[in-house]
Amino acid sequence: MVEALRRQERAAELSPAATGAVDAAPPHLRIRGLTKRFGKFTALDRIDLEVRRGEFVAFLGPSGCGKTTLLRAICGLDPPSEGTVEQDGCDVTALPVSARDFGIVFQSYALFPNLTIRANVGYGLAATGRPKAEIARRVDELLELVGLADQADKYPAQLSGGQQQRVALARALALRPGLLLLDEPLSALDARVRARLRGEIRDLQRRLGITTIMVTHDQEEALTMADRIVVMNRGRIEQVGTPDEVYARPATAFVADFIGKMNFLPGRLLAPDRVEVEGAELLFEPPLDFGPGALVTVCLRPEDVVVREVDRRPANRLTAEVGVMEFIGNHFQTTLHVPGTGLDISADLSINAVRDLGIRPGRTIPICLPPDRLRVFPEPPRPS
Amino acid sequence: MAAASRPLATPAPVAEPAVRRVRQALSRDDLLMRAGLGLLALWLALTVVLPLRALLEKAFEGPDGNFVGLANFETYLASPALSTSLTNSLLIASLSTVICVALAFGYAWALGRTCMPAKRLFEAIAAVPILAPSLLPAIALVYLFGNQGFARWALFGHSIYGPIGIVIGEVFWTFPHALIIVTTALSTADARLYEAAASLKASRARIFWTVTLPGARYGLVSASFVVFTLVITDFGVPKVIGGSFDVLAVDVYKQVVGQQNFRMGAVIGLVLLVPALLSFAVDRFARRRQSALLTSRAVPLEPKPDPLVDRIALLFCSLVAVAILVILGTAIFASFATFWPYDLRPSFKNYDFDNMDGGGWESYRNSLEMAGLTALFGTVIVFTGAWLVEKTRRFEAVRGIVQLTALLPLAIPGLVMGLGYIFFFVEPDNPFHFLYGSMAILVICTIAHFYSVAHLTAVTALKQLDPEFESVSASLKVPLWRTFLKVTVPVCLPAILAIALYFFVNAMTTVSAVVFLYSPRTQLASIAVLNMDDAGDIAPAAAMAVLIFATSATVRLLYGLATRRLLARTQAWRRR
Repeated sequence: MVEALRRQERAAELSPAATGAVDAAPPHLRIRGLTKRFGKFTALDRIDLEVRRGEFVAFLGPSGCGKTTLLRAICGLDPPSEGTVEQDGCDVTALPVSARDFGIVFQSYALFPNLTIRANVGYGLAATGRPKAEIARRVDELLELVGLADQADKYPAQLSGGQQQRVALARALALRPGLLLLDEPLSALDARVRARLRGEIRDLQRRLGITTIMVTHDQEEALTMADRIVVMNRGRIEQVGTPDEVYARPATAFVADFIGKMNFLPGRLLAPDRVEVEGAELLFEPPLDFGPGALVTVCLRPEDVVVREVDRRPANRLTAEVGVMEFIGNHFQTTLHVPGTGLDISADLSINAVRDLGIRPGRTIPICLPPDRLRVFPEPPRPS
Repeated sequence: MAAASRPLATPAPVAEPAVRRVRQALSRDDLLMRAGLGLLALWLALTVVLPLRALLEKAFEGPDGNFVGLANFETYLASPALSTSLTNSLLIASLSTVICVALAFGYAWALGRTCMPAKRLFEAIAAVPILAPSLLPAIALVYLFGNQGFARWALFGHSIYGPIGIVIGEVFWTFPHALIIVTTALSTADARLYEAAASLKASRARIFWTVTLPGARYGLVSASFVVFTLVITDFGVPKVIGGSFDVLAVDVYKQVVGQQNFRMGAVIGLVLLVPALLSFAVDRFARRRQSALLTSRAVPLEPKPDPLVDRIALLFCSLVAVAILVILGTAIFASFATFWPYDLRPSFKNYDFDNMDGGGWESYRNSLEMAGLTALFGTVIVFTGAWLVEKTRRFEAVRGIVQLTALLPLAIPGLVMGLGYIFFFVEPDNPFHFLYGSMAILVICTIAHFYSVAHLTAVTALKQLDPEFESVSASLKVPLWRTFLKVTVPVCLPAILAIALYFFVNAMTTVSAVVFLYSPRTQLASIAVLNMDDAGDIAPAAAMAVLIFATSATVRLLYGLATRRLLARTQAWRRR
């Protein structure tokens, strides 16, 4: 145990410097076959995942998908039933919490209400038996880091939610952990503070180069903050990818549905690159090899419906009747119906396009559904 | 396509290794806490479970110590005098319960749902009986309505010695207990229900019957059972004022202390355990239902002024409060009267305990010592124990057992507990036999007797803390005991002081458990009251009861001041 601790200390010293050489380095965290059962219920089902050193990973999913369970299994607060967790190359699966190397920020912050901000941040340092002056220096440094140097002698209840959140962050960083865990760190805050803190936490994480895992159910939070997003559902990982990847190329219908808005259309495959949807024939790419006749789900983001210069696009040109138009602020949320088919599509049209093309409810306009924007999944859509 | 979008996700291993169950290694904290929990389990086994077992064994034992099955119970039922007591006890307990709960409901309703004046004062007066031993109202009733009582005419020729006196005394003594439960039940009202009812043009009476009463029904059930148990197991009141009207609790005392018939005492003790256990079960059930009634979105109810209703409420509460004060005042007055009823000039003659039977001032000093030690050790054991039960990771089996055992004393009447202690500690083979007759056994028994309520208070306080304090502490590599001392204890200080006060007051006033356990060296004040009354020294008995009340009240006041100052000084963090 002592040996493990020493190794972690060394790793902790190394980690800020190690940001540059991301790809060459072995992963900071390697998770294999992680399973967690509560009685008969399987909360995590054979999770495999690797997290690079210095990376910011977000676990994203609806409530009950197992993301917090996974976080707590990784750090040993609720150890998994099966599987292994390797941190810095050594197996930490069975280590008690106190023998591991991580700092954690909870949704509630769990600040000690009877201790000052200074005592809270220095709580872990005080127990190490280091000299008082050194502890004080480190606490000042941390408070400076999170911009709360002038609040040191207040009590948590005297600070705003956002400030408390930063105190919790400073406390978690005090022992220079190699891994920072954030469990829904922003969900207790109001929208404005949340948006500002997103950027602050992201900057801090970049500056320290600390490997970070954040649990969130807020897709916007995950998309703006994380290097990579792990989308989870029912105890399994649906997709791992950069924000761009999971948004633009969702791997499953669940991801497509969970992240952003999406048209779900029931379809039947006619050829590897051709699908029949509600009486309309559409091309898509890249091709699929499920065989003709297979039932599929065709997905299309509302903002991917093209209404400008449609005649310059060869494929998937349709004529649509404009239904309801709702003004959302920076765009119109519009329903389109393709006559002669059962096709109803929700489309987000820019104010510009609406103005330039004179789009009004009741008019008929040409539209295009770009083949490279259609996502086709091998399952029939869920009844909604 | 899927593979492209998860570049680092490891594909499932081809040759899957044998599935390995993860067993997390225990940290030093885990080991320490488990050891602590083990010690606590041992403590509870020694002070609660084993004495109870000794009592059970005794009840099924013949004269030569062999197992005789239900023979003792048959003897018991065959004796007409004893089974009369059973009927008497049930009658007294039922009557007292109905009267007490009705009064408590009216009082609680007036306090919570009307705008009558002086609510704080009425709250304070209602708490008075809890600070006195149950012997005090009984003695006061003797002075009020006894053969030389100044209000004897009010009974129209009936005697206070018997059911009338017992019921009045018990109602006085159990009133605060019922009031606390009913007040809680009424305070969980959701204003939105009342607004909805009013908007549907329901009359006040209809709202009362369809919203107020159903909302408080679990509280009423709970209060009824608690009062019923308290009454049926109390022997202070009937001992003093029961006359020839025998009840079970006094029978136990007579069998054991008077006739040295331990086996019969154990049998009656077991009979007493039945209503207590039943009440315990119902109370648990009722409380669970009650808490489910109030959702987090409920809007607290603010009473609105209504001159007529407020005046009726004030009248009702005044009557109850005056009754309480008259009983207390009579006891105080009688204790200072030189020679009741002939010479009513005040003097300290009755406080000259050293020249009377019953232990003298020494017994009062013993009581102070006993109450102090009980408060100190009881609070430390209960709070640390509750923390261990709540915060130890996994270890579910032992935690479950400890939790259950900690609640067990709630269902054990003091008399039964005391009897169990005799049977358990009197055995010469018992390695703890040396405790018999010492101050320590009184302290241990009192801690055990009042363990449950203190434990529940501690658990409630601990549950209000952020559950992640310990997780944070472990992630910062801070030993848990340090967090316990630096965070948990300071934050829970109000609850800890409340537990200490609870132990102190109960240790001062209790008679039932310790009456079998005191020795000439460890005579207690509350027992001195009993013995002096027995010997016919009623005035000194009243004096000692008043002294106990004064001590409890003083400590209660000190507690109020101390918590206020302490909160001001050490709990600065509570202010925003």
